[in-house]
Amino acid sequence: VRVRYWLVAGVVAVFGAATAGLAFGPVSLPPGAVALEVLDFLPGVAVDSGLPERQAGIVTQVRLPRVVLALLVGAMLALAGGAYQGAFRNPLADPYLLGVAAGAGLGVTVTIAIIGRSTTGLPVTVPLAAFAGALGAVGLTYLLGVAGGRDRSPPTLILAGVAVSAFLAALQTYLLQRHIDVIREVYSWLLGRLGGATWHDVRLLLPYAVVVAVVVLLMRRELDVLSVGDDEAASLGLHPQRSRYLLLGAASLGTAAAVSVSGLIGFVGIIVPHIVRLLAGNSYRTILPLSMLFGGAFLAVADLVAHTVDAPREVPIGVVTAFLGGPFFILVLRTARRVAM
Amino acid sequence: MPGTDPIELQQAKRATSTRLEDPMRRRALLLTVLLIAGCGGDGDEPATDPATAPGFPVTVGDLTLETQPTRIVSLSPTATEMLFAIGAGDQVVAVDEFSNYPPGAPITELSGFEINTEAVAAYHPDLVVISSYAEVIPQFEALSIPVHLAPDTPRTVDDVYRQITDLGALTGQADGAATLVDRMTGDLAALVERAPDRPEPLSYYIEIDETYWTYTSDSLVGSLFEMVDLENIASEPGSVTIQLTAESIIDADPDLIFLTDAAFGVDAATVAGRDGWSGIQAVSNDRIVELDTDIASRWGPRIVDLMETVVDAVSRVP
Repeated sequence: VRVRYWLVAGVVAVFGAATAGLAFGPVSLPPGAVALEVLDFLPGVAVDSGLPERQAGIVTQVRLPRVVLALLVGAMLALAGGAYQGAFRNPLADPYLLGVAAGAGLGVTVTIAIIGRSTTGLPVTVPLAAFAGALGAVGLTYLLGVAGGRDRSPPTLILAGVAVSAFLAALQTYLLQRHIDVIREVYSWLLGRLGGATWHDVRLLLPYAVVVAVVVLLMRRELDVLSVGDDEAASLGLHPQRSRYLLLGAASLGTAAAVSVSGLIGFVGIIVPHIVRLLAGNSYRTILPLSMLFGGAFLAVADLVAHTVDAPREVPIGVVTAFLGGPFFILVLRTARRVAM
Repeated sequence: MPGTDPIELQQAKRATSTRLEDPMRRRALLLTVLLIAGCGGDGDEPATDPATAPGFPVTVGDLTLETQPTRIVSLSPTATEMLFAIGAGDQVVAVDEFSNYPPGAPITELSGFEINTEAVAAYHPDLVVISSYAEVIPQFEALSIPVHLAPDTPRTVDDVYRQITDLGALTGQADGAATLVDRMTGDLAALVERAPDRPEPLSYYIEIDETYWTYTSDSLVGSLFEMVDLENIASEPGSVTIQLTAESIIDADPDLIFLTDAAFGVDAATVAGRDGWSGIQAVSNDRIVELDTDIASRWGPRIVDLMETVVDAVSRVP
């Protein structure tokens, strides 16, 4: 019953965030007309919102893809964070601390700097390069974590992730110095760039997001079993290692796809699953779907703040997620008074 | 117009110095520079030329040169253009990797963004000109190498003239500098004259890159464009560049769009094809102007060429 209550809350949060993202922006538009315009955009519906072409374009071609992209990216990052935490049995695991984001970042930088931007328009090149980087990074972190200590203890794994991140960041910095002409593009992207969101980005991310969400959500039971321990999982008929690899692969693909359209947006992957855990309990059957809903809603709200607080300027989204997410996380931690994991 | 033959322009277009000269990119590199620049020490004595030109010693700001410099290293593409345009080109022994204009400049692999003091010192310079990273000045001073800063933050054409005049004084080419300033002043006045009078100024958006970074009304570009009755949609006193949202650009509905990122694959067709942009005046009336990336981002003698392109574009608007 409590889980269902939280699921409803999650859906409400997504719709609330989406509505706010559509209704508000640097340009003020009449909310009624915005609603009609969105209805008109839906297939099979034709209503006249009365908005002139430019303003109609702002609603359907600028705000709507931006909101949808924020929801998808937030959902992916939070889901990946939750999956990593379960697969590694480590509450600190997150796409950033594990070096996954840095790996994906390096993949994209290589693509932009060496292959050149003309090919970055291809729908496959950038996500695949990001995925290769992400998988390489998480593999390296995993191996180092195993080599460095028994049983992938939380501190060893995170230390390995930090080392891998630093190493990949060094490679990336070197690459940028050698290809200084793309440095602004890469740095804008590093800070997060939902500002340029288009339907093209949405179409790029959507198939990956669907596949990843289906795979990870189907494995929510395995995650619960894994959280008890590998031996127990094996005795219940599971192949712990195989499940773990599948989960890591799916989560890394999700991270890579998100990173390749939105840049590096921190904090969502670690904070959202923990907030969900604190509020709605420790089962991954709850954590994963709720992380997707609240992750998406959180990022949509953060993005709204990013492009309205200092209008007409854009504030980097990563700044907003950390600024809003940090204090909120501490607040939840203090009020919940429950230790996660 | 000075030096606008098509081959030279092509050469200039190929390189990509431009966007290096903006504050964000510099911030991004700052840390690296601090790390890399952390070495130094005893170096070569400056090359001294006993043949002292008339007018020396000369003092500009804090810098006094006893003799006329004959081994100048320029780490700024704009300063390189200025030095050659005032007739000091023969005194320049090395320029940075992005100083691609004029074509005869002695281009090297030296960087103006990660200034390697030792590598510069290896040229035995008697004057180094930089446009940013003033924090390396003490290192050059420790090596007794004179450094002049021609900062990359000009806001008006007078700032540009001042930099040219300063370089003229320091290099013993004061006459060449005065001639250049006169010629630029005359050329710009003629262009302003040529621009059609309008009851209402035209609005414009000038794009630095496709994440919507733009020069504001308070930048050099802003003040130049204002001379021909163009009004920047980004009016932000105190900031030279800011990042806009797509929404506010569409809402501002500029009459003209100038692109300085054409060399990076962003052309008029790209902009016209952006979601939601088709209703903008500049897009629907086909008034998207591709500027030469190098010329638009430097503040040297070729601002005249920049203004010529702009006036041509403005004149085509009915």
